[in-house]
Order: sequence, then structure tokens, then C-alpha cells
Amino acid sequence: MAVTTAAEPATGTGREGVWSRVSAALWRRPWARATLLLTPPLAWFVLIYLAALVVLLITAFWQINPFTTNIERVWSLTNFQTIFSNPAYRSIILRTVGMAAAVTVTDAIVAFPFAYYMARIASRRTRTALFVAILLPLWASYLAKVYSWLLIFTHNGLLDWTLGKAGVGQVHLIYTNWAVYIVFCYLWLPFMVTPVYAALERIPPSQIEASQDLGGRTWYTVRRVLLPLALPGIVAGSIFTFSLTLGDYITPLLVGGTSANFIGNIIYTNIGIANNVPFAAAMAMIPIAIMAVYLLGARALGAFEEI
Amino acid sequence: MIALHRRRFSRPLSAVLALTAASVIAAGCGSSSTTGGTTPQGPGTAGLSVPTAHLPVLQKVGKGEGQLNLIAWAGYLEPLWVKPFEQQTGCQVNGKIANTSDEMVSLMKNGGGGQYDMVSSSGDADLRILYAGDAHPVNINLIPSWKDFFPAFKSPPFNTINGVHYGVSLQWGPNVLMYNTKHFPTAPTSWSVIYDPKYKGQVTVPDNPIQIADAALYLQKHKPSLGITDPYELTQPQFQAAVSLLATQRPLIEKYWSLASQEIFDFKNGNAILGAGWPYQVSQLKASHFPIGTTVPSEGATGWADTWMLAAKAPHPNCAYKWMQYISTPKAQAEQAVTYGETPDNKLACPIMNQLQKGSCDLYHANAPIAYFNTIKLWKTPIATCDNGKPECVPYADWVSAWNTQVK
Repeated sequence: MAVTTAAEPATGTGREGVWSRVSAALWRRPWARATLLLTPPLAWFVLIYLAALVVLLITAFWQINPFTTNIERVWSLTNFQTIFSNPAYRSIILRTVGMAAAVTVTDAIVAFPFAYYMARIASRRTRTALFVAILLPLWASYLAKVYSWLLIFTHNGLLDWTLGKAGVGQVHLIYTNWAVYIVFCYLWLPFMVTPVYAALERIPPSQIEASQDLGGRTWYTVRRVLLPLALPGIVAGSIFTFSLTLGDYITPLLVGGTSANFIGNIIYTNIGIANNVPFAAAMAMIPIAIMAVYLLGARALGAFEEI
Repeated sequence: MIALHRRRFSRPLSAVLALTAASVIAAGCGSSSTTGGTTPQGPGTAGLSVPTAHLPVLQKVGKGEGQLNLIAWAGYLEPLWVKPFEQQTGCQVNGKIANTSDEMVSLMKNGGGGQYDMVSSSGDADLRILYAGDAHPVNINLIPSWKDFFPAFKSPPFNTINGVHYGVSLQWGPNVLMYNTKHFPTAPTSWSVIYDPKYKGQVTVPDNPIQIADAALYLQKHKPSLGITDPYELTQPQFQAAVSLLATQRPLIEKYWSLASQEIFDFKNGNAILGAGWPYQVSQLKASHFPIGTTVPSEGATGWADTWMLAAKAPHPNCAYKWMQYISTPKAQAEQAVTYGETPDNKLACPIMNQLQKGSCDLYHANAPIAYFNTIKLWKTPIATCDNGKPECVPYADWVSAWNTQVK
């Protein structure tokens, strides 16, 4: 744009001329350029994104009239007191965090060797094929994937049928939290593999060679060189797997059994059925608070360099 | 399918929302907290009057206005019966599908209420619309087929107040006991089977706080000492007894189903052999030749009932009356009943249903005597004020939290 201005300094008339002068003015004033560039996204962020969160925060401190279910705009901590004093809600929060942690650890353990193979061992062609294999499920509908797991887990489904043929006996996983756990691990695995791969690929081969030259055995090198260097990638992936598990309610609804009440399900029933938006908002604060703590920890581990 | 889902999600919702109906009522009662209302019109409505009750009704159905704006449940405006209506009357039907009773209530208020002519709301939302002044009195004499309705649906308390009609009843359905006939050669006669430890891990019931009413209905017969008279009006001890019963049932449950399709899946795959569901699931399973049996056990069952309500400011009243005349005829009633899987209110619909689908009249109880109807406790919203006017009953919000924290 600046070039245009310089080349045609005289044609300052008409439409093109106006644009030339505007671009010239902007070129001379970097702050104006920055303002123009940032105002739309910032306005969107503040008005739509932050405002919604603030409304959520405020609503959490209101109540509904138990008789009419109208929202009463009276400030109190009743909703939070209910959440923390009722053992059922406490165990639901613990169950949700436990599930998120279990899924995260499992995905990290599965993803690490996979990503290592992709980054260091596989040929270029194999690597591409593996990438496609990892990313392709993301193109399929979430519901289609969960329902296909339902068919695997069901009574006399693929899993029990295969185990039965193999003489192991049936496990009958459908409608258990094991089923929920397996489906979560499957669903969020790509979100772990990708950042771990990125982290591993960036490690220079010379560092591993150096470790071995200095007498580090395979496991020692993995533990002292590879893992610390890949850790930011693992933590970055864990942000996804952890937060996605924390907020999901559809998988527990579909493959979960009688004790598949997670934070998301409580929010869903309180908004969708009970019309108790303030309580749902208070419940929604819990995963937000957990994620805030988690992200602070992740930042300390350098995860944000990998996203 | 869609219709299904709306049933599933809207019922509980609508229940809550009709709770908000109570808000209207509460506003009416004010802080005076009148106990011992005199008019036996239903829970919490004591001392309240319908703001539109005095409006003059139409005396003669005139020429149609050419348009008819309807708010309906998905599946209630199928071309099968809407097309012939349009051809006969020249009234073009403009349907707005609502997903919840709440949406229906707010749509009826939209733009001051002058936009829509009618709504196909359920028994738990009707009173809310009525007492908010959004419904118009209906001259039932202008609807010939009304006289062929089962008596219970001619002037039901959810759409007729003090003898004034605010719409014409539509269809209804029970929540039935479903069982796999391979495991139950003879039909169970009591709901006790779904509380029987013998069937551990083989039972499926709806994931819905209104299930507490099903437990209360069971206790009404089996624990008379609790003194339950209405499964939707429970005092604290009665409520706790029902919740405890459901808590002991929990280990037997294979799945609390959220979608009707889940229940069909579970029966088909053998995850469940026994459960509570709707006639729709039964008809779907029967259609695929699955050995499914269905019964309303001796304790009775819960159920729902819908009404076409006339809007207070309906812009096309003549077409609205033509619609009420049409949709209450045996043929239209039969077509909707068979398509959707519910029970028509017109007793002449039965033979036509059998023409449309063999055996469907029996399947959906369209020929059922009054004895069957009396066993069905139609859904209404639990509110704090009991029928006797005392504020001793457990409101629906508590039903939801009990369902989430004590049952599940």
C-alpha cells in the first residue's frame, strides 16, 4: 500500500486517491493501524465473550423462587453453599475431576509413543498416513462416534461377542463409567497427539545423541532428556483433554449408566429441565475455577509455547 | 423421531414451566397466602379468575380469513391431515414448531399475543396460558365432533374453567410398563416388577424427575399409610418415601433413558427386558417385530393430555374454528393418533385407526373404556400449594434436586 502511495503521489483525486491518502495516513501512524486492526476482534471478545461470562458470574449469585421458578435478583451465596454442603454435589465434582484426570493421563501415555514414532521414526509417507488417521475422526460427527461405541459395548455387541469367542467371558461394559472413560479417551486422543508431536519434533537429534555419547542409556535419555523437553507439549495437550472431559455431558448421557452424573449433566438438567439457571451458573463456575488453576499450573510448565 | 425427542425433552421442561404457571397464580394470590380456596379448579388456582373469561364467544363460524397461524409440537402438523384441511377450507396453515411448553407460553405472548391463532399445549402448560390471559373462550357448540369425545376430555379441568372452554382437547397418552415377552410370557400385573431385585440390571426408566410421581403412584396403592391421594401433590414425608423407593430401585436400573430411541435400542439389544416408556416406543418395537409387551398395571400409570387452545387475540378466528372442527373429526383424530402414537379424544376414531394400521385402535387404547382412563394420572406440575390450599406440598424444583442428588 505504501508503495502505491509513493508511486502515484499526484493522483490524489477520485476514489483511488482517497484510498491512497488513507493508507498513507495509516502508514505514518502505526497506532491508528493497530486500533483499526484490533477494534473489531476486541469488541467481539469483550461484548460477546467476556460479557457472557460476566452475566454467568452474576447469575450464579441469584436464586429462583422455588414456587414460581422466576429469577429473584437477590445477592447471596446460597447456590454455592448448596453445592459445597451437599455430599452428592461434592462427589459429582470429584467424579468429574477424577474422570478428567484419568482420561488425561491415559491419553498422555498412549499419545507419547505414538507421537514419538511419528516424529522420529516413521518415514514421511507413514507420517502423513498416521496424521490422517489421527485427524480423520475429528471430521466425523461426535454423535456418530459415540453411538458407534454404544454398538461396541452393548449386550452381545462387538466387544462381548469377540471376548466370548476368545473364551475370555463377557465384560458387559455398556452403561458403566468404564465405558464413559474409554469413549472420552478415544474422543480426545487427537488433541493430545498433535501438541506432543509438535514438541517432540522440535527436539534436535543432537541432544539425544549427546546424552547417549555421555553414557545415558535409553531409559535414562528418555527420562532426563526427552520427557522434560516434551513436557510442555504434554501439558498443552492435557489442557484440551482435561477441559473437554470436564465440560462434556453427552457421552455420559449416552453411554453412562446410573452413576454417570457429571458436572455437565447437572448443568444440563438444571437449565433444560428445572429452569434453575442461577444454580446451573453456579455449577458452571466450578469447572471454570478448576481450569483457571490448571492453566496457571500449565503456564508455569511452559505449555503455552506449544499451543 | 423428532416428535419423540420433543416429548422427551419438553415434558419435564413443560412441567417446570407450568410451575411458572404457578408464578402467575402466585402473583394472583399475592402475599395474602389464602388457604382453603373455594373453587375446586386444580392446584393453586384458588381465588384466581381467568382474565379473558368475560370475552364474547363466536356465535357462527363465518368465511375463513385464508390464513391460520399455529404453534404446535413437532409431528402435530403433518401434511397427511393439514393438506386436506387447507383444500377444504382455504385456510393456509402456517406452523411454528415449539420445542418446549415454555416456548409455547412465550410465543403466545409474542407481540402482544396478536400473532398466533392457536397452540397445541399440554395439560401442564394450559393453565399457565389461561391464567395469563392469553387464551380466548371457545363456543364449543360450534364444534360438532366435540359431542363424540370421551366424557373425560369434553370439559377437562386443564382447558375448561367454570364451564368456559378455552380450546378443544386433542390427544393423550399413558406412560406404560413395557416388557420383553420372551422373559414375561404373561403380562406383569403390577409396577412392582421394576422394583424387584430379581431383575437387577435389566430395568430401564426415564431420566426424568417426574418419575417420582410414578413411585408415588405405586406407593399410593402399596403403602396406604402414607396417605397419598395425588402423585403430583406430595407432602414432605410422602415425597421422601417416593424418593427412597427410587433410590432402592437405582441398583436395578440398567439405564435411565433420555431419548425414546435409547429405550428402543436397549430393548432390541437385550440391555433391558423391562421398563417404563410411551406407546410410541412400543409401536416402533412392534413395527420391527420385536417381542414387546405393554400394559398399564393395576396401580394405574402417569400420562399427558394436549389441547388446541384458542389465542386471546387470534387474528383468524374463523379459520381457527374451522381447524377445531376439522382436527376433532374421527378421521383427523385417527390419522394423528396413528402417526404420532397417542390416544385420540374422539371415540369414533377407533375403526378409522384400524383401517390406517391394523390393530392400532387397541394398541393406543382408542376404544378404551372409562375404567382405563381413570387409571391414568395426567401430568401436572407439582407446586407448593396442595389441592386443599395448604402450602405443604413439595414444589417441582425440589423434585429435580432430589432426582439428581438422592436418586441418581
